Amino acid sequence: MSTSVVYNPSKFELPEDQLKLIKWPIYFGFTLFVVGAIMGLEQALDHAGIRLIPYMPGINSYYQGLTLHGVINALVLTTAFANGFMSLTTARGLSRPLNKPLLQLAWWLLVIGVLLAAFAMFTGNANVLFTFYPPLEAHWTFYVGLALVVISTWVTSANQLITLSAWRKEHPGERIPLLAFTSVATYVMWDFASVGIAIEVVFLLIPWSFGLLAGADPLLSRTLFWFTGHPIVYYWLLPVYVSWYTMIPKQVGGALFSDRFTRVAFVMFILLIPVGFHHQYVDPGITQGFKFTSTVLTFGIFFPSLMTAFAVMYALEIGGRRAGGTGLIGWFFKIPWGDPSVCAQVLAMIVFLLGGLSGLMNASYDMNLVVHNTSFIPGHFHLTVGTAVVLSYMGICYWMVPYFEKRKLWSRKLALVQSALWFVGVLIMSRGLMMGGLAGMPRRTDLALAPYAANLPEWHIAGIMTGIGGTILFISAVCFFIELGMTIFAGEPEAAREDMPFTATVQAPESSGWELNLDRLRYWVVAGVVLTVLVYGPTLIGHLPPTFVAGLQP
Amino acid sequence: MERYEEGFLLAAGIVLVAFLGALVYSVVGLGIVLPTASGRVYCTPDQKLLKVLRKTPPFDNPGVKEVAPGKYEAVLIGQTWQYTPEEIDVPAGSEVTFRATSADVIHGFFIPNTRINMMLIPGEVSVATYKFTQPGEYLLLCHEYCGRLHHTMAGKVVVK
Repeated sequence: MSTSVVYNPSKFELPEDQLKLIKWPIYFGFTLFVVGAIMGLEQALDHAGIRLIPYMPGINSYYQGLTLHGVINALVLTTAFANGFMSLTTARGLSRPLNKPLLQLAWWLLVIGVLLAAFAMFTGNANVLFTFYPPLEAHWTFYVGLALVVISTWVTSANQLITLSAWRKEHPGERIPLLAFTSVATYVMWDFASVGIAIEVVFLLIPWSFGLLAGADPLLSRTLFWFTGHPIVYYWLLPVYVSWYTMIPKQVGGALFSDRFTRVAFVMFILLIPVGFHHQYVDPGITQGFKFTSTVLTFGIFFPSLMTAFAVMYALEIGGRRAGGTGLIGWFFKIPWGDPSVCAQVLAMIVFLLGGLSGLMNASYDMNLVVHNTSFIPGHFHLTVGTAVVLSYMGICYWMVPYFEKRKLWSRKLALVQSALWFVGVLIMSRGLMMGGLAGMPRRTDLALAPYAANLPEWHIAGIMTGIGGTILFISAVCFFIELGMTIFAGEPEAAREDMPFTATVQAPESSGWELNLDRLRYWVVAGVVLTVLVYGPTLIGHLPPTFVAGLQP
Repeated sequence: MERYEEGFLLAAGIVLVAFLGALVYSVVGLGIVLPTASGRVYCTPDQKLLKVLRKTPPFDNPGVKEVAPGKYEAVLIGQTWQYTPEEIDVPAGSEVTFRATSADVIHGFFIPNTRINMMLIPGEVSVATYKFTQPGEYLLLCHEYCGRLHHTMAGKVVVK
C-alpha cells in the first residue's frame, strides 16, 4: 500500500506573490554566503600560513573575518534557507497557501536584522565571533540584528501553525500530511530551543549594550547560549532531513518505508532539547552530574539520526534495485548519480556519517578533554553543518531554483562537478583540521601569527591540508554561485512548473491508535519543557543572582 | 522489512549503551574527571575583577607550591593576553593541581597531550589535576578567542 505525504498529490501551486516571498530569503542567504565563502578561504589559507587579510579591503583582522564567516554561514544562511524552504514545504504539504502578511513580515525582519548585524560586523564593531560570549562586547546593532533574525523565524513558525490550524478545521480527524508535519515540527522544535538565546540577547546583552545593565554574566550567558546552541544544529539539519525523508526517496525512484518512524524521529528532536551542557564539559561552575546527564541525552538524540540512516538507505536501495542494481552494494551505483540534486545530497549523506560519528566523540563526556576547542571541532562541524547541511541545500536548490524560476538548470555538468568538488574538498579540509586538533591545534586562532605554532611539525601538515581542502571548497562554492546565477538569469524557460518531488510511503500512517499522539506536538513540547526544567533548572537557579563583570570591546 | 528495521534499531541502541558504559568506566575505573563547580569569585560591576582577585586567596599569590610530597598546586590568572605566571616549573613525576580563573573575558587553559583542558570564566574557579611523568616543556595555550591578540596568549609548564 502506498500513500502520499502531501494532502493533494495532484497539482498544487502557491500564488506567485507568495512564491516570491519564499524564494527571496533563500537567494538573500546565498548572496551573503558569497562573503562567508570568501572568509572561509581566507581562514583555511591562514592555517597553511598564507595570509589574505592584508589584501581584503575593510577586513582588519582574522577575527573580524571569522565573525563574518560564522554569523553568515551558520546563522544567516541557515535561517534564510529554512524560513523559505520550510514555508514552501508546509504550503505544499497541506496544499494550501500561507498567510501573506506574515510571509512579508518574516522577510523584512530577516533583511533588517541581517543589515544591522552586518553593519556592526563590517565596521569592526562586533569582532565577537558567532558565539558572542560576553564580556566580549559588540555594538548594539549586532545584538538587535540577531534578535530580529530570530523573531523572523518565530513569525515563519506562526505562519505555519496558523495555516496548519486552518487545515485541521477543514479536515477533522485526518492525519497531518507527512511533509507538513515534518516542516512544522522542525519549527516547533526551534521555537522551543531558541528561548535560551532569546532570553540571553533580550534580557542580558541588549540592555547591556545600551548601558542599562552595568555588566554581563559570562557563565549565565554562555549557558543560555548553549541551551539554544546545540538544538540550533537540529534547526540546521531538520530541513535537510525533510528533504532526505520525503523527497530523496522519490528522486532516486524508491520509497519511504515508514511514515510512523519518520514522525517518531522528528518528535524525538523536540523531546530531547536540553543537551547544551555537552558544549560546556570543561566549564567551571557546572557540576559533573548535569554534564553526564547531557551525555546520556545526547546519545539519545543520536538515535533518531540512526533511524534516519536506516530510512534513507532503505529508500536508496529500493531505488537502486529498481534501476537494476544487484548484490550487497551494487544497487548503490545504480541510483541516479547524474541528477545533481541526488548526487549532492547523497554525497552529503556519506559525509554526514563521518560528521555524526565525530560528533558522538565530541559528546563523549571525558573524551571531550582531548578535543575541546581544538581544530577537531571545526573539522567535525564542516562535515555536519558545512556539508551534510549546506551541500544538501545546494542539492535542494538544483530542483528548487528551476521550480521557482520555471527554467531548466543551466548546466547539469557544472552542478555535478560542484558537488564532487565539495565532497573531496571537505574530506581533505576536515582531515587536516581533525589531525591538527588531535595534536593540540586550537580552533578560532590566527595560526599564521601565533608565535607558538611555528615549531610544531604536526600542525604544519594539518594546516596545509586545511588550506588545500578549503581552496577546493571555495572553488566549489564559486561553481555553485555561477550555476545559481546562470539558472536564474539565463536558464532555458519552461512552459509549466514541474511539481516538487515528494515520495510515497510503504507503510501509511494509521488513522487510529497511539500514532495519533505523534501529531499532537504540544504534548511533546510539554514533555520537553519538563525535561529541560529538570536538567537546566538547578544550574540556572544555583547561579542566580547574576555576577556582572565589565565588558571589553575586542 | 520491519524485522530489519527493528534489528537495526536494536543494534543501534546496544551500541550507544555500550559506548555509555565505556564512558562510565573511564570515569569510575580510570579516574578521569571533568572540571566542576569549584568555587566562585564575587565581584560587583563597579569593582575591577583583577583588583578583587588580588585580594582573594589563592589568587592573591599566583605561582606554584608543593602542598605535599610530589604534589603541587599551581595558581594562575588568565587575562588579555597572558597568563600570570607565564611559566610553571615542577619536577618529573609530580601531580599538579591547576587552580585558575580569568580577570577579564573568557579564556582557555589547554595543555596539549595532557588531560588539562578547561575554560577560564570570569567569576568562576577552574580546577584540574594531571601527573606529569615525562620531563620536557609543555605548551600552555589559550584556546578560546579572547580578543585581537588571542593567538599570542600562551605559557609553559617545564617538567625537569
